[in-house]
Amino acid sequence: MIKFDLARSSVRELNQRLHRVGPGDNERHWRVVNPNGAHAIAVGLTAPIHVEIKGHVGYYCAGMNASAEVVIDGHAGTGLAENIMSGSVRVRGNAAQSAAASGRGGLVVIEGDASARCGISMKGVAIVVGGSVGHMSAFMGQAGTLIVCGDAGLDLGDSIYEADIFIAGSVASLGTDCVEKEMSPANIDRVAGLLAHAQIAADARGFRRYGSARRLYNFHIDHAAEY
Amino acid sequence: MCGIVGLFFKRGAATPALGPLLARMLCQMRERGPDSTGFALYGDEAPAGAFKVTLRAPAGAYDWAALEDELAIAFLVACPARQYGSHAVFTIGADPEPVFSWLARRHSELNIFGFGERIEVFKDVGLPDDVGSRFELVRRAGTHALGHTRMATESAVTTEHSHPFSTGPDLCLVHNGSLSNHNRVRQSLRREGIRFVTDNDTEVAAGYLTWRLRQGMSLTEALEAALADLDGFYTFAVGTEDGFAILRDPIACKPAVLAETADWVAMATEYRAIATLPGAARAEIWEPRPATVYCWHRQ
Repeated sequence: MIKFDLARSSVRELNQRLHRVGPGDNERHWRVVNPNGAHAIAVGLTAPIHVEIKGHVGYYCAGMNASAEVVIDGHAGTGLAENIMSGSVRVRGNAAQSAAASGRGGLVVIEGDASARCGISMKGVAIVVGGSVGHMSAFMGQAGTLIVCGDAGLDLGDSIYEADIFIAGSVASLGTDCVEKEMSPANIDRVAGLLAHAQIAADARGFRRYGSARRLYNFHIDHAAEY
Repeated sequence: MCGIVGLFFKRGAATPALGPLLARMLCQMRERGPDSTGFALYGDEAPAGAFKVTLRAPAGAYDWAALEDELAIAFLVACPARQYGSHAVFTIGADPEPVFSWLARRHSELNIFGFGERIEVFKDVGLPDDVGSRFELVRRAGTHALGHTRMATESAVTTEHSHPFSTGPDLCLVHNGSLSNHNRVRQSLRREGIRFVTDNDTEVAAGYLTWRLRQGMSLTEALEAALADLDGFYTFAVGTEDGFAILRDPIACKPAVLAETADWVAMATEYRAIATLPGAARAEIWEPRPATVYCWHRQ
């Protein structure tokens, strides 16, 4: 375990050290203390390392993450795990707006609540929220899965393309072109699998599924040959 | 951009901790607002029958002692002043309106940045470190305070266009965002007798609250009414003589973090400003919901 104190060194120094870890190196476990809301902590990691951050972080923590496992023992500011590619990011507290924005892969777990626009423009990431999400979550989502054990705010899934949304609690309102869909046994299995992977305790049978009605598409599949 | 901060002690007398803590918070918001910095402090109460007013002189040395003498002769009462850089806080044992008329006639070179029983308002072009030291922020006591670092998007970078804006007794407002219907609202409020000094959108929001409070609304009611009447992007932090409130617009694009302990409430655009406060690590911390008024009053 390598301890890194952000009260003594800068975020840039931390990130440069984390970026230097090679695939065969032994520096696998890192603990970051005194984050004090600093921005861009553990951004751009590409090695399969474990980074634990003790305290609250600022904006864009673990952005563009690939392969690494980042755990935040506190709350996270705007843009947590923005554009995550793979690996996992876990927040033990709450996350501010735009968590996992445009994430392409990997897993983002928010044990508390996520604020507005959680999973905005998601492109393949799996997001599991233990609490509730704010308004316009999964806005323009293109692929991936958003699982919310609590409630969803206004305009859930507005202008969604193809991502899947599962909500256990209430939905304040659905956004344009977002509709409730059938919850098949395969969907229940998928939710159960992701909940287990995320280590979030909830009954997969209690979720409802939402997704795109596909009325906002600019193309129609029957006309595909004409494009 | 812009950065806003607020610190509100829930009970007790004015504390000397307020100035140094607010200075630390403001300095964390430096990058969010390099154009200008301002803060409002709620300090000692003016004696009965008197009010405090913060005046700002144009650049260069200003003879505040001469103004003290002039005021004493005009209003037949001693009007002691404390000077902080280009600003001075006068305590005047008279009604505010005749004093403001007299100042407008005799000293139109002066700006009135705030008045009331307890409020003092300081603002200037520059970074928070510099502006804070110009006004001796670290030596200032009080019960609550608001601060702002401005990245101007909507009107000119001048001292007058800096936040906080104070448009009525002991009321002040800082704002991150921009309002889109402020010209029309300003016209309506002028007809209601609210005075505006600049073309700034935030001044209109402050004037709107002054008008609503004058109608007898509570601070919470005034902010709920603002949700219907003010259009645009905003996170507002508002101070009154004994109150502190936060409001975000229904879209909530402009960030905000609230923190509360048994002793204080703090608000900032980013958590790193709150992280500087003693007890922050144990505070309850949350992001204020859209279109929801959060309001505290001193016990």
